[in-house]
Amino acid sequence: MSAESSPKIVIVDESPIRAAILEEGLREAGFTGVVHISEMQSLLSRIYALDPDVILIDLENPSRDVLEQMFQVSRAVRRPIAMFVDQSDAASIQASVDAGVSAYIVDGLKKERIKPILDLCISRFNAFAKLQDELDRTKSALEERKVIDRAKGILMKVKGLTEDEAYVLMRSTAMREKKKIGEIAQSILTASELLK
Amino acid sequence: MTTPLHIGFIPLVDASALIVAVDKGFAAAEGLDVTLVREVSWSNVRDKLNIGMFDAAHLLAPVAIASSLGLGHVKVSIAAPFNLGLNGNAITVSPALHAAIMGEIDGNPLDPMATALALARVVAARRKAGAEPLTFGMTFPFSTHNYQLRFWMAAGGVDPDEDVHMVVLPPPYMVDSLANGHVDAFCVGAPWNSVAVDLGIGHILHFVSDILVHAVEKVLAVRQDWAEKNPDVLAALVRAHIRAAAFIEQPENRAETARILAQPERIGVAAEVIQRTLDGRLKVSPDGTRRESSRYLLVGREDAARPDPVQAAWLYAQMVRWGQTALQPDALRTAMGVFRPDLFDTAAGQAGKATGVSKPIGAFAGPAFDPADIAGHLAAFRIGYWKP
Repeated sequence: MSAESSPKIVIVDESPIRAAILEEGLREAGFTGVVHISEMQSLLSRIYALDPDVILIDLENPSRDVLEQMFQVSRAVRRPIAMFVDQSDAASIQASVDAGVSAYIVDGLKKERIKPILDLCISRFNAFAKLQDELDRTKSALEERKVIDRAKGILMKVKGLTEDEAYVLMRSTAMREKKKIGEIAQSILTASELLK
Repeated sequence: MTTPLHIGFIPLVDASALIVAVDKGFAAAEGLDVTLVREVSWSNVRDKLNIGMFDAAHLLAPVAIASSLGLGHVKVSIAAPFNLGLNGNAITVSPALHAAIMGEIDGNPLDPMATALALARVVAARRKAGAEPLTFGMTFPFSTHNYQLRFWMAAGGVDPDEDVHMVVLPPPYMVDSLANGHVDAFCVGAPWNSVAVDLGIGHILHFVSDILVHAVEKVLAVRQDWAEKNPDVLAALVRAHIRAAAFIEQPENRAETARILAQPERIGVAAEVIQRTLDGRLKVSPDGTRRESSRYLLVGREDAARPDPVQAAWLYAQMVRWGQTALQPDALRTAMGVFRPDLFDTAAGQAGKATGVSKPIGAFAGPAFDPADIAGHLAAFRIGYWKP
């Protein structure tokens, strides 16, 4: 069967960046038959048309339930699908759920051939999550910086302070109230909005 | 000391007892510090419960049984000590299918036998005209919605595996799929039927309570081994749910309940739409026609929260009827053992009392259900995968 050469892998993911990262990793590892599906409409018929050996789907995707249908006895299902992770694979399930991905494998594909695919998938998903996390942190730090600058401006105007004095005032208030300086800045913006 | 718990849920009105138990402080009063985790798929809820990322979950009753039997996935024994709701689903059809059924109907449109027979005539006419088979959306292979749709159409002579397409759709996608013609009808829980009617793209054809008088819908699910290791925590959790259900069922608390459920991090749909479901007073047609039912969704009243193993047996019988598993006495016992009235009674402080009397399933077609003779029961139905 074709799976003996290079298994056909479908990635179902609405995030184009994450899918690209995963696809690249799989190609580098020698898995050439990789197709990415980002459109969730008629998902099942798209998958049937591709007839893959392995389907990888991210756990943020509500369409995961659609794939569960492939376990069913039905004339629509040509090849039965089994969850690779069986009774003895608790650690694999844990790792893949933690990483935010799930794998559906067509019956007949050997376990030792699936392991590298799943491992690669888990590590790429984790890498993506880390990247996303860093991006989110940078974004919120930037946001906070903007809020602090605006609050500083208000204090300078209302209380006739210099930029440094305004900052020191916010910082000492934050320390006294055991809050973050960003929170104090936000309250200043809210209050000034209310008092307008 | 407080016990931290992580509990998964899907944004649906039948998660109300769980959400109110947490947001109204009933869980905290029992010493539980619950973090609710909103999920996007039943597969996720099932997997995260199975591997211990969740201590408990709002779960489709048939998934609790399928997990315990190892159907379609890893086998993990589940205990269900509390019914989160009975009934609560509805069948919504597109305006075109509604018109077609009403054009063929002979009898009362609220009578599911009349609509099922009309559907059979619509299906026959479409086949004769060479039209595509109708497509019905439901939420999961092991779902009450799947079995309810199948039970209804099969009673009228429509074979769900041969005459129409049955497809799984995530509940939030149901309405879009009906609007763009990917499905002609669907069976789903609240609030999605009302959302479709409000948008003018769907008619509620039936409340599920037309098809089955008592149908268990979602359960509070925990792992069997977790239940054994944490009896006191579980009892506290069930008690918090009993109090929450009693709160929700007080008519004067409905508006507050709807507001709690409407929060963006809970269900995130307008409180007014949610309250229609709680009140059982639904707009069923885009023209504004309303329909009331005291049986639309039962959260705790009429003993609805106490698990009944006969309900589990009925769901198992549906899995057998539609070819999801074979009929085996052991499996039936396992399925019935998932529903735990004993744990409910312990929590409610009723231990030692006589076990409750089963309420009839009350299906509109076929003989009364007898868990002691599932083969005999299924033999009465002409359409199905299982044959005597």
